Amino acid sequence: MSEAKGKTEPGEQVNIFLRLLNALGGAASSMGRDFFSTFGGLFLLFSETTLWVLKGIFVPKVRVKGENLAFQMVRVGVRAIPIVILVEMAIGMILPLQMFPKLDEFGQAEQIATINAIAAFRELGPLMTAIVLSGFAGASIAAELGTMVTSEEIEALESLALNPVRFLVVPRLLATVIMMVLLTVIADLVMIVGGWLTSLQLGIDTDVFYQMTLEAVNITGFITGLVKAAVFGLLVGLIGCYLGLSVQPWQGSEGVGKATTSTVVFSIVAIIGADAIFTVIFYAYGLFK
Amino acid sequence: MPQEIQNKPPIISINNLTKSFGSQRVLDGINLEVAEGEIMVVMGGSGCGKSTLLRHIIGSIVPDEGGVKLFDQEITTMSENDMNEIRKRFGILFQSGALFNSLTVGENVALPLREHTKLDNTTIEIMVKIKLELVGLREHADKMPAQLSGGMKKRAGLARAIALDPRILFYDEPSAGLDPVTSSQVDQLIIDLTKKLNVTSVVVTHEMDSAFTIADRMCMLDKGVILKVGRREEFEVLRDSDEADLAGEKEKLIRQFLRGDAEGPITRRKENSDYEEDILNRI
Repeated sequence: MSEAKGKTEPGEQVNIFLRLLNALGGAASSMGRDFFSTFGGLFLLFSETTLWVLKGIFVPKVRVKGENLAFQMVRVGVRAIPIVILVEMAIGMILPLQMFPKLDEFGQAEQIATINAIAAFRELGPLMTAIVLSGFAGASIAAELGTMVTSEEIEALESLALNPVRFLVVPRLLATVIMMVLLTVIADLVMIVGGWLTSLQLGIDTDVFYQMTLEAVNITGFITGLVKAAVFGLLVGLIGCYLGLSVQPWQGSEGVGKATTSTVVFSIVAIIGADAIFTVIFYAYGLFK
Repeated sequence: MPQEIQNKPPIISINNLTKSFGSQRVLDGINLEVAEGEIMVVMGGSGCGKSTLLRHIIGSIVPDEGGVKLFDQEITTMSENDMNEIRKRFGILFQSGALFNSLTVGENVALPLREHTKLDNTTIEIMVKIKLELVGLREHADKMPAQLSGGMKKRAGLARAIALDPRILFYDEPSAGLDPVTSSQVDQLIIDLTKKLNVTSVVVTHEMDSAFTIADRMCMLDKGVILKVGRREEFEVLRDSDEADLAGEKEKLIRQFLRGDAEGPITRRKENSDYEEDILNRI
């Protein structure tokens, strides 16, 4: 027994590949377990939040206070505006430039407007905004709620017969969804502007760019993009709230740090996953024409 | 006082409460009754289960076995809605004060009033002033919790706990992390509030000075078991007696705890673990 112990002692030359494999397997299995428990927890939190939102529609006293919602919207979304503009402007400028040489070979240079518009409204507008927001909104929500757990504030709320989901999760989740949609509209437009700036440099006529963009964007494309954005916002907000509230009081600041990091990781995975599912559904229903 | 207390029905009644976390039994068959209007101090070393016991009484943990009755109603099997009605009738002072950091001190105190009463804003403002005056913080109503010292946070937390005029007040380590003067002020506040508002108080602490100052009755918890429940005087006698005069190991253990001695059964218990064997196994 003690001999076996000695072999795994650090500093000794053990089979490094076995150890690597072991570590990988451990990480994978714990990730799998985390995934299922998190998924269940998220679903429960989502149902409870929905219930409170519905109750709020019928019972004025339960309704989220306007000022509270506005405060969260500013906190979650307004600070993210500059970074969303920066990211989308850059992508709007980069993407057409990448496409230009190949399209120019076929004499279709002005098609960069089409590509840019489709990419912006259907995909990169919502997606990039969601990724930016997973850092801005998700992480800050998780850190805030996690800190509230460790400083006994959540327990205090419960002891005052006030429901934490109603008081903390509902306004944050609503704010994230609303701001995600609004930011996506900004992101879409900024990316078009970025593309237009590049097209100017490439000697494409502004009128042509404008016409091609209008042709490429239809209302379906715009709406599906916003539906995606709303769902991404829901995922980011839900994951942030859930992981923040899952911090245990005794974990202290370490638990808060972990919750924050996990929120960004989980959010990005969830966003990409949801994006893939949406694309398949939209494609199957022939919404991409 | 003792006679009156014994004639009233218990306001808190804990019956055979048992709880394990994993393989570790944290509470092992706790029986305790608290009478209306008394200050009950629950003592015990770190990790003895006293905080867990408190969390059972306030309904935030469900026990494995046994029950808790508050106001003669069983809370362990109660629905969340019914439990919320009970929660409005008791207040808790958390260890750190647990003020909501995004609200001012006044708003913290006003929150339960706004949510659970139909009072208009002016009345609520007046009530907030009254509650803050009781804890000596009236002029600090507009400050944010981050601007307050530890003692002020506790007092503000106390003002919030008494906002709804509770019948029972729970204190979780009220003197932890406070300087001696502030700590005695908080003790005095506990006694004053109990008398002025005629509430029942349950105080969880391991600060013996404070325990002996405030307690009507005391209860000593060790390893999830209640060693002794009794009036403060009984514990004072035990504290002041000689170790040699005490017959049982239990009494000696309580005596060591009450006196805060470095030598005694509690320390011996730790030393008895197999140190040599532990070391030898590593070689």
